[in-house]
Amino acid sequence: MSRAGVVYTETVVHAAPPQFVADAPYQLAIVTLGDGSRTTVRILGERVAIGDPVEPAEERGGVAFFRKAP
Amino acid sequence: MVGIGKTAFGAFPDRDLRSLAVEAGQKCLADAHVTPSKIEAFYLGNFAGPAFVGQNHLAPYIASALGISGVPCTRFEAACASSGSAFFHAVASVAAGMNDLVLVAGVEKMTSQPTPVVTEILAGAGDTAGEVRAGATFPALFGMIARRHMFQYGTTREQLAAVAVKNHSNGAKNPLAHMRKVITMAQALAGKPIAEPLTIYDCSLVSDGAAAVLIAPLDRAAEFTSTPAKILGIAQTSDAVALDNKDDITTFRAVGMAAEKAYKMAGVKPTDIEFAEVHDCFTIAEIIAMEDLGWVAKGEGGPYAISGQTCLKAERPVNPSGGLKSKGHPVGATGVGQICDLVMQIRGEAGDLQVQRHSLGLAENLGGSGATAVVTILGAA
Repeated sequence: MSRAGVVYTETVVHAAPPQFVADAPYQLAIVTLGDGSRTTVRILGERVAIGDPVEPAEERGGVAFFRKAP
Repeated sequence: MVGIGKTAFGAFPDRDLRSLAVEAGQKCLADAHVTPSKIEAFYLGNFAGPAFVGQNHLAPYIASALGISGVPCTRFEAACASSGSAFFHAVASVAAGMNDLVLVAGVEKMTSQPTPVVTEILAGAGDTAGEVRAGATFPALFGMIARRHMFQYGTTREQLAAVAVKNHSNGAKNPLAHMRKVITMAQALAGKPIAEPLTIYDCSLVSDGAAAVLIAPLDRAAEFTSTPAKILGIAQTSDAVALDNKDDITTFRAVGMAAEKAYKMAGVKPTDIEFAEVHDCFTIAEIIAMEDLGWVAKGEGGPYAISGQTCLKAERPVNPSGGLKSKGHPVGATGVGQICDLVMQIRGEAGDLQVQRHSLGLAENLGGSGATAVVTILGAA
């Protein structure tokens, strides 16, 4: 199954909890995957908008990082 | 409803959780001329006392300080709807004939922790195995809700800001409000970003505070007050905790279901309601509340917010108290605090905040990003 998906919604977090303060501001998105399910991921690199295609980039500490698909 | 009592909401470094709850409880008992020994059960709403101040077993801890003992004392936790949930279950116990006189309180002591820690504790009301692990905060969840609402319905930043401007305008007149200050549209739009598109002016406040209400069967109300308020309809509902587990995040399904049940129980239509206190934890939440409560069609909440039709002097004011935005949001106290605000309006005792038509009011209390909702309809008895 492809883990590629489309951005359903997103935000850029400026006020972060203690464990993510060093990352802020960071972009968070809910992505609709190919099977129709949704998951909350972090976005790496270029900022994304609703409707943008995204793909998995890496996984760190149990968190999926996606980036904009070419 | 035969008694109400509230502390001011704000940042009170010299007050602890128990003293706030006791103040609200004592004010409520005094309002109804009732001694603590008459109370048959104590229901407490509190979200995160253990995390914020390190105290567990809160219901008997507070009840005993109020002079209540030997009766069931129970804490309810449903995120920001904790005391709405306590109130719902208290009403059910009186309606079932289990108890006559029930005291319901809500309390939260939040400001003893630094803001990043408060953010982390509040995030515990989300899915900590999913969205929160990925870095979501509550402003982030509501930021994502706002973005999607803007995308689907064309809701604008100005419409969000209009909620903040209106609620601050009301809260400036509320002697118990946390931030009694008027803000302009320009200020609201230029606020520092918290979780885009939300700025500091879209977010409710981190507050300390408590509120309490006393419930009795209608046929005994005259023993305690000449101005009882009648509970006409009430419902609590639930939905998924994780935002990514909901089909449509531009609506709070639990609120829609609770509203439908409460309207039906009360035998009223949405348009019959004369004023409301709704859960504006973020400005977008007040816009969506108008849609979920059936006051406007889906997607029309934004234009409605900026139309002036929700202002204090309008025909159907929304958040005359100043809402969570200006009044403050000590999360566990918010649900019962809304009930106190409705009762003050119904009695005609709301002072500068008094709405013109005040015989039928509604309160909407939301937990998390919509996993719990409590809707209550009160009328003059």
